[in-house]
Amino acid sequence: MEAFNVVIGKVAPMLAANIDTDVIMPKQFLKGIDRKGLDRGVFFDQRFLESGDLNPDFVLNRTAWRGAKFLAVGPNFGCGSSREHAVWGLKQLGIRALIGTTYAGIFYDNCQRNGLLAIELEEEKMSELASLLSSGPVGDVSIDLPTQKISLENNGDIKFDIDPMRKEVLLLGIDAIGSTLMHADTIDKFEHRHLKENPWLC
Amino acid sequence: MKNPKTLYDKLIDSHTVCELDDEGHVLLYVDRQVLNEYTSPQAFSGLREADRRVRRPEASLAVVDHVNSTEAQRISVQPEEGGALQVNFFEKNCKDFGIELFDILDRRQGIEHVVAPEQGFILPGMVIGAGDSHTTTYGALGAFGFGIGTSEIEHLLATQTLIYKKLKKMRVVVSGALGVGVTSKDIIMAVIRNIGASGATGYAIEFCGPTIEALSIEARMTVCNMAVEAGARGAFMAPDEKVFEYLEFKPRTPKGQLWLQAKEKWAQLYSDAEAVFDKEISLGASQIEPMVTWGTSPDQAVNINGCVPNPREETDPIKRKGMERALAYMDLAVGAPIEEIAITHAFIGSCTNARIEDLRQVAAVVRGKKINPDVRGMIVPGSSEVRVQAQLEGLADIFISAGFEWRQSGCSMCLAMNDDVLSPGDRCASSTNRNFEGRQGAGVRTHLMSPAMVAAAAINGHLCDVRTISMEND
Repeated sequence: MEAFNVVIGKVAPMLAANIDTDVIMPKQFLKGIDRKGLDRGVFFDQRFLESGDLNPDFVLNRTAWRGAKFLAVGPNFGCGSSREHAVWGLKQLGIRALIGTTYAGIFYDNCQRNGLLAIELEEEKMSELASLLSSGPVGDVSIDLPTQKISLENNGDIKFDIDPMRKEVLLLGIDAIGSTLMHADTIDKFEHRHLKENPWLC
Repeated sequence: MKNPKTLYDKLIDSHTVCELDDEGHVLLYVDRQVLNEYTSPQAFSGLREADRRVRRPEASLAVVDHVNSTEAQRISVQPEEGGALQVNFFEKNCKDFGIELFDILDRRQGIEHVVAPEQGFILPGMVIGAGDSHTTTYGALGAFGFGIGTSEIEHLLATQTLIYKKLKKMRVVVSGALGVGVTSKDIIMAVIRNIGASGATGYAIEFCGPTIEALSIEARMTVCNMAVEAGARGAFMAPDEKVFEYLEFKPRTPKGQLWLQAKEKWAQLYSDAEAVFDKEISLGASQIEPMVTWGTSPDQAVNINGCVPNPREETDPIKRKGMERALAYMDLAVGAPIEEIAITHAFIGSCTNARIEDLRQVAAVVRGKKINPDVRGMIVPGSSEVRVQAQLEGLADIFISAGFEWRQSGCSMCLAMNDDVLSPGDRCASSTNRNFEGRQGAGVRTHLMSPAMVAAAAINGHLCDVRTISMEND
C-alpha cells in the first residue's frame, strides 16, 4: 500500500451531500477481474459528455482544478454500494486525500485499506474551508499527516484528528493482512474455543 | 443488573479475538462470509500473489448473482464479455480454494442475501461479512452482517477476522399496528426519511417494539436490508420464536441435539433491560403511509398522497441544493401530486423485496388485471427457489397473464450490472433499495416503493395508492 506522509497539490470542491459510489464509479466499470483502467470511470457521467469529450463544466476538468490531488467533499461521501472500485479509481486518477465531515462506513474503510487519506473535520472547520473554496481556487495546499494539518497558502493551517492506529498504517503503508497474521496463534486459540462453545458453526 | 449489555455488545464481545488499541479497535472473528462474482476477483488474486491460503474454506458460500442474465432460458455462458470473465474467474477461484459455489445453473442460485438465509447458512448470533452493502439483511435472524470492500474480503479469507472499530448504538422502537396496504418497506423508508441518508452513519441499529415483533421474518429482512441506506453499518433484531420456526427445517441449520443446544444459546441474544444506547428513536406504525421516493437519495421520500416538495421550504442550504439537483434529474415540478407521476417501467426484484411473501403481495394486487400498455413490467424473483415456489403456487401464471415478464433470479435491474438496463429518460417504479442518479441506467429515473405499490403503479401507468386498487381474493 502507498504510504502517506506530506502531499502537496490542489484541492477541488465537490461539496454536495450524499455523493454515492454509483456516481463515483458507474456500473459499466465494474466488470473487470483486476484493478486496471478505473481512472477513466471516476465520475464518468459528469466528467464526460455523451460525445466522449471532457465536460468543460465539471470541476475536475476546469483549468484551476485539473490534476487536483485532494477533494473537499460534502457529508456522507461514498454512500451506497460497497464497490472498492470507487476508491481504486480515485487513487488512479491521482486523488490522495479527501477532506470532509462524514463518510459512508464501507467507503471509509476502503479508503484506509488503499492509502487514501479521508480527513474528518468538525463541521465548523469544514464550512470555513468550503466557503474559502467556493470563492475561487486557493493555490497549492499541503496535507501533512505526521503533524495532522492542512496548510493553505496565505490562509493558515487547519488541524485535524485521526486515531493513532489509522495514522500509523497510512504513514508506513502497512499491509493489514500481514499485521493480522502476526496474531495467528491468538486467532487459532480463539477459533478453537469458539467452535467448541458453538459446535453448530463447524 | 451488573454491566448490562446491548445485543450489539454481546455479538461483538463474543467475537473479539483481541483488542488492538485503546480506541476501540479489535480483531473481530467472522463466522461466515458470502461471496459474489464482482467484488471478489481481486481478493483472490491478492491471495495468489502473496501465496496465502483461504483459512477456512467451509465458512464461505459463493453465489453468482450480480452479472448474470435473467432471461427466462438459463444458459451458463454470459451474454457479454465482462460478465463472462467474472463468472469464469469466480468458478476457477472457488475450485482452486475449495469454496462451495452456487453457479447460474444451480437450483439454489439467486441473490446472495435471499439465498444465504433460505439455505440456513445464516444463524442467530453469527458475525457475517460479505462484499455487498446489503449484508445488513442478516440482522433479521439475530446475526450481525455487514458489507465490506474487496481488500477486506481478502483479509477475511486469509485470516477469518477483520480489523474492526466498534460502532455507536442506536435503538429504533416501532409501536402500533400498520395500516392496510402498509408494509415493512414503508417502515424502513419512513425511518430513512426521518433520520436522513447519513442519520445512522457510525451506528449499528437495533430494531424492536411490538410492530417489529409482529412482522414475518421476510418482512424483517426488508427492514434490516435497507437500514444501510440510512448509513447503518449493521442492523439487527433480537431473535425470537418466529426466527427459530423460520430456520428449523432449512437445509443447513443444525439438527437434533445440536439444534436444541443452539436454540438455548440463541435465547440469550437480546439487549439487557438497562442497556444504554447512544441514540433512541421511536416511530408510531399507525402514522406510516405507503411511501415513495421522489428524488435521487433514499431519504427523499414522501407519502403516496403527498406532493413533490419545494426546495425553498428547506432551510439547510446543502439539502436545498441536493433537492434542486434531484428535481432537475427526476424532471419533476414542485407541488405536483405524486400520484400523477406517469411511469414507463415497473420492476419487482432485489434483495430488499423479491422473496415469496413479496411476490404473494404483488399477485394479490394484479390478479385478474392487466398492466398498463405503456408500461414494461418485470418480475425477477429473489432466488431460483423462490421462482419455483411462485410457479407452484400459481403466482407466475398470474404475473404472466397480467403482462409481466417472469424472469430468472439475480440482482438484475436493482443495480443494472447485467443486461437489464433502462434507457435515458425512462421512469421506473421499483421495489429496490437505491434511487441514485444512473442506478438503473444513465439518465434513468427511479422511484422506490413497496412491491405492492409497484404492482399498483404498473396497472395504472402512474404512481398510485395501492389501497385504492380493488383486490380480488381467492
